[in-house]
Amino acid sequence: MKYLDEYREADAVMKYAAMIKKITTKPWNIMEVCGGQTHSIVKFGIDELLPKEITLIHGPGCPVCVTPLEQIDKAIELASNKNVVFCSFGDMLRVPGSKKDLLSVKAEGGGVRILYSPIDALKIAKENPDKEVIFFAVGFETTAPANAMAVYQAKQQGIKNFSILISHVLVPPAIEAILSSPNNRVNGFLAAGHVCTIMGYEEYYPIAEKYHVPIVVTGFEPVDILNGIYICIKQLEEGRAEVENQYSRVVDKAGNLHAQNIIKEVFKIRNRKWRGIGEISQSGLGLNDNYSEYDAEIKFNLNDIIVDEPSECISGLILQGIRKPFECEVFGKICTPEHPLGATMVSSEGACAAYYKYRNKMKV
Amino acid sequence: MNEQEFSLSCPIPITNYPNVMMAHGGGGKLMQQLIEKMFITAFGNSFLEQRTDSVLLNLDKNKIAFTTDSYVVKPLFFPGGDIGSLAVNGTVNDLSMSGAKPMYISLGMIIEEGLPMETLWQIVNSLKINCDLAGVNIVTGDTKVVDKGKGDGIFINTSGIGIIEHDFTIAPSSIHEGDLIFINGDIGRHGIAIMATRENLEFETVIESDCAPLNHVVQDLLSSGIEIHCMRDLTRGGLVSGLVELSNSSGYEFVVNEKDVPVREDVNGACELMGFDPMFVANEGRFISFIPEKYADAALQILNKHGEGKIIGRVEKKNNEGVTLISRIGTKRILDMISGEQLPRIC
Repeated sequence: MKYLDEYREADAVMKYAAMIKKITTKPWNIMEVCGGQTHSIVKFGIDELLPKEITLIHGPGCPVCVTPLEQIDKAIELASNKNVVFCSFGDMLRVPGSKKDLLSVKAEGGGVRILYSPIDALKIAKENPDKEVIFFAVGFETTAPANAMAVYQAKQQGIKNFSILISHVLVPPAIEAILSSPNNRVNGFLAAGHVCTIMGYEEYYPIAEKYHVPIVVTGFEPVDILNGIYICIKQLEEGRAEVENQYSRVVDKAGNLHAQNIIKEVFKIRNRKWRGIGEISQSGLGLNDNYSEYDAEIKFNLNDIIVDEPSECISGLILQGIRKPFECEVFGKICTPEHPLGATMVSSEGACAAYYKYRNKMKV
Repeated sequence: MNEQEFSLSCPIPITNYPNVMMAHGGGGKLMQQLIEKMFITAFGNSFLEQRTDSVLLNLDKNKIAFTTDSYVVKPLFFPGGDIGSLAVNGTVNDLSMSGAKPMYISLGMIIEEGLPMETLWQIVNSLKINCDLAGVNIVTGDTKVVDKGKGDGIFINTSGIGIIEHDFTIAPSSIHEGDLIFINGDIGRHGIAIMATRENLEFETVIESDCAPLNHVVQDLLSSGIEIHCMRDLTRGGLVSGLVELSNSSGYEFVVNEKDVPVREDVNGACELMGFDPMFVANEGRFISFIPEKYADAALQILNKHGEGKIIGRVEKKNNEGVTLISRIGTKRILDMISGEQLPRIC
């Protein structure tokens, strides 16, 4: 496939693996921030190709994993309302809330719909004027423009029976939170290519400088990831800490200005809680005052919910790169994709699910 | 399809009944009209015309295979097929996988009140065409009509009877170390065709389902004297589920080479877009077969006559169950069944 197969080509993969081996002299911990990269690393066995000095640490880059339990419970409460059509991307449906998940609500007759685009939710709202249509606006900077556009169009078109339940989070504050933690062991980052497609990568310069850490904007195919690791290790071995762009075929330094503008029009930056990590200052998005009528939490007067995470689950430590999935005592035993205790086992991009799917019999 | 006997216009007097009514399942005149004008017209044969509660069949063989399956699919029509083609080919293929030659099929239809008669006729037409392609007859049937809102237009159940004319035991227990694993074509088309239609996704090319009967290719393999140890059609759960299931039940480890598994470029692209893995996507005309290496050339020749035959892997050690994939970059990974359905991802 054009633009895909060539980045999965065995010869190119082996070439980069050999180059990495040649320049590596010390132990280094590299964190890939994005769940899509985690999935590729485990699926293609990229970590197996690296010298033993290099440890890949899986970061908090799965939007499904970091959506707080209380937001899931709020989604379930809204979806259980007979007057509501609750729309979501597919991944979110299996994430366990405190008592059940959205798939169970659907099975009980709740109006739960799987969509590919929030714009489709607007169509549903227009076709069902007697229903309240809510879209679960989850994700990083990648999904924010489309969600913002749906709200913007709803206001332009005077659609009143549409709102969004928001759990948007931002990558750079999460990287800072990890780097400023006393438990931090990350020496270099692979920044998520898709996020940088939207936002560019200028916001990483002060982080690289302040924490003296290399940040390499990286794609998702095996060749991309190995190339990103090579650039990162080269910097570390040479004592440099710069922002570099491996994914230049897709990512531009300034990002997509149209997408950024629609985000700025509709959203404002606010504090957000991350599942398993806790609240990170200025790490998320909420609707700004001009669009607050489209905030499902305000519209449906949802109060804050206090929830308890399962005590055995170490999702939080995994999301911060402190532990690996197979270092969890319940991994693959009482916590499986059929009976997940935490979100990292549920989402297709979650580190635990990726290890379970591709490695369960090797590691357990 | 025999065009002389068939026309695309529905034979039911649709001016009176453009839609299915509850009375079409009530056992009275309307039901008789439906059976006579539509079903007998479409499927008429000497067995069906017995019009008895159960049909008498002459199966002058010792070994008979019997199977049943139900079909619930949304949408009813999709590129490359419809619920009718699925209902015939699904049962034909289930029989074929045990090495049986499919002969007779029963047809149970649960129709939702209000289904347009023209839609029903299109499905009946498809059932007929696909029976002809597979060389089987519908010999008995049943019709029920349920209240509007209680079904997705139509549900179909088909049962099938086939005869076994060979002496092989085609089963997981016959799988041997060293057997080669064959596939008869590219994977993932049916699942993507359904998904694209259901979600109104437009790709550059229309991806058509691979829905097809497998009895002819299987009978060709058997009649050539090729010793088939086991077969499995790759429906829900796709290639991986078929492999894992057979590995578990046979107790052997299978090693599969990703680069040898055929996936069409458009299917691969659609899967990338939706976050699916084609190895887990449903098929309706694909099967894997486990055959000793000495028959490799002969088996490939026959598979290629009917499609695109490939050797995708090999049976390795006993008591080491599991399926290992050699990825296209040369690393190894475990293949395991998916939990629940594949769901479209966020980004």
